[in-house]
Amino acid sequence: MPQGHEEALATVVREEWGRLTSLLLVHFRRLDLVEDALGDAVEAAARRWPTDGVPDNPAGWLHTTARRRILDRLRAEAMAQRKAPLLLVDHEHTQSTATDGIRADPGDLVEDDLLRLVLMCAHPALDLAAASALSLRLVLGVTTPDIARLFLVSEPTMAARITRAKKKIVAAGIPFAVPSADVLPQRLDTVAHTAYLAFTAGYAPGSGPDAVRIALAGEAIRLVRVVLGARPDEPVLVALLALMLLQHSRRDARVDDEGAIVLLPDQDRSRWHHDEVDEAVRLLRSPSLSGPVTIQTAAYAVQARIAAEHATAPTADATDWARVVGHYDDLLALSPTPSARLARAVAVAEAQGPEAGLAALDGLDDELPLSHRLPAVRAELLTRAGDTQGAHAAYDLAIQRCDNDAERALLTQRRDALT
Amino acid sequence: MVAYTPGQWDMADDATRQQFFDDHHAFERFVDEHGRRIDSAALSDAELATTIRRDEAGEPVVTDGPFAELAEQVGGYYDVDLPDLDTAIAAAKLLPHQYTVEIRPTVKVDGYESV
Repeated sequence: MPQGHEEALATVVREEWGRLTSLLLVHFRRLDLVEDALGDAVEAAARRWPTDGVPDNPAGWLHTTARRRILDRLRAEAMAQRKAPLLLVDHEHTQSTATDGIRADPGDLVEDDLLRLVLMCAHPALDLAAASALSLRLVLGVTTPDIARLFLVSEPTMAARITRAKKKIVAAGIPFAVPSADVLPQRLDTVAHTAYLAFTAGYAPGSGPDAVRIALAGEAIRLVRVVLGARPDEPVLVALLALMLLQHSRRDARVDDEGAIVLLPDQDRSRWHHDEVDEAVRLLRSPSLSGPVTIQTAAYAVQARIAAEHATAPTADATDWARVVGHYDDLLALSPTPSARLARAVAVAEAQGPEAGLAALDGLDDELPLSHRLPAVRAELLTRAGDTQGAHAAYDLAIQRCDNDAERALLTQRRDALT
Repeated sequence: MVAYTPGQWDMADDATRQQFFDDHHAFERFVDEHGRRIDSAALSDAELATTIRRDEAGEPVVTDGPFAELAEQVGGYYDVDLPDLDTAIAAAKLLPHQYTVEIRPTVKVDGYESV
């Protein structure tokens, strides 16, 4: 059927890219060739499927085409007597592929191979941002220009970053393997961290109301879902998915039609994606989070619980601030960061009044000497406490420190509204 | 490559020194089990180091001290053959906790043949 070839191709890239990458890597062990060959196969499909029709097994078609492309390259290298370094694939794999020759159908692939790919891309020996980009490219098939756009760097910079990461994997001997059980939890923490980095990049302030970047942040959610498919109920992934869904559920209410930031209490809650909120709340009740978990898992879970308090309150006024403060106390016990203390102070002000909130800010100036958020919060609390003069001075400091246009506009507007 | 803070060994008591030995033994046994040991050496403190670098005119200049004055100095190395980075990381974790360990692949330089 000639119609629908674009959707068919988009679907197979979306659903099968990681599996096809894994399959080709296990067989050829050439990280440098596999990504290019798959990219070429997708281009070939875009040319041929409109006239030839969509093949019965689109994934198989891409696999065969990519495989041929790699074999051509290997033949050319053999003629030039070039020897390229091979990816390290664990023994049982090399043996099984040596004996079956080729596993033609991607359907044969066990989910373990996808997990191997994910763990290789998000190895702690790789730079975190590079690992994050590489995961989007090799596991999900997000194009390099899109990844560059997500991380706000130029396309050549991102291409170089991905190439360097692939080189390090091969040269440093990062294996295509699942590590032993004693280090697997830490390694999955790194996987979660790389996915979260891609997610937060999509919401980086200063980037404006860019729908494409927010859609790319959604790809980070898909990455977590893919890994959850291979490791069902893995606590760090369950907690992270809940956190991401809750933050992502507010995407349509975060900026107004002019691109200005809308703060949480002012957001139109009917524009939140309540199906995603519901899923996150279910995830937070998952039994996998009630056992012993890593600190990172606990930190994601408690941040998700904070977000869930907001997401499930019917109105801003109905927020249970005492519970929010309790969750922040849990978060500070896990990781006492200045930004968490700042956020807790905001919650304390809501629960117990602006004076209590101001007291909770004590001692933070030394730890956040350059932050514009600290004076911005202080200005807001001083305003509520009736200290207009103090609020004015705090807004001045916040505006002076803020290097983000949208946020500075909001601060200036608030300062000028003081009477 | 192993980096450590100079003076740690000199100040160590017998029990601590025995712990160093035990950790090295554990490392060596692990390497033997998963690959092979090629070479190793412990280096003297960096205060005995001599550095030779070229000045702007290309003349060799000999100075007292290591490459760079850092709190941590290279204290020794193991040249080992292990199947992959994960195995190398697992081995490195067995070395004394006072160390910072840097893992690097060795490379064969294209076109170079040793005499």
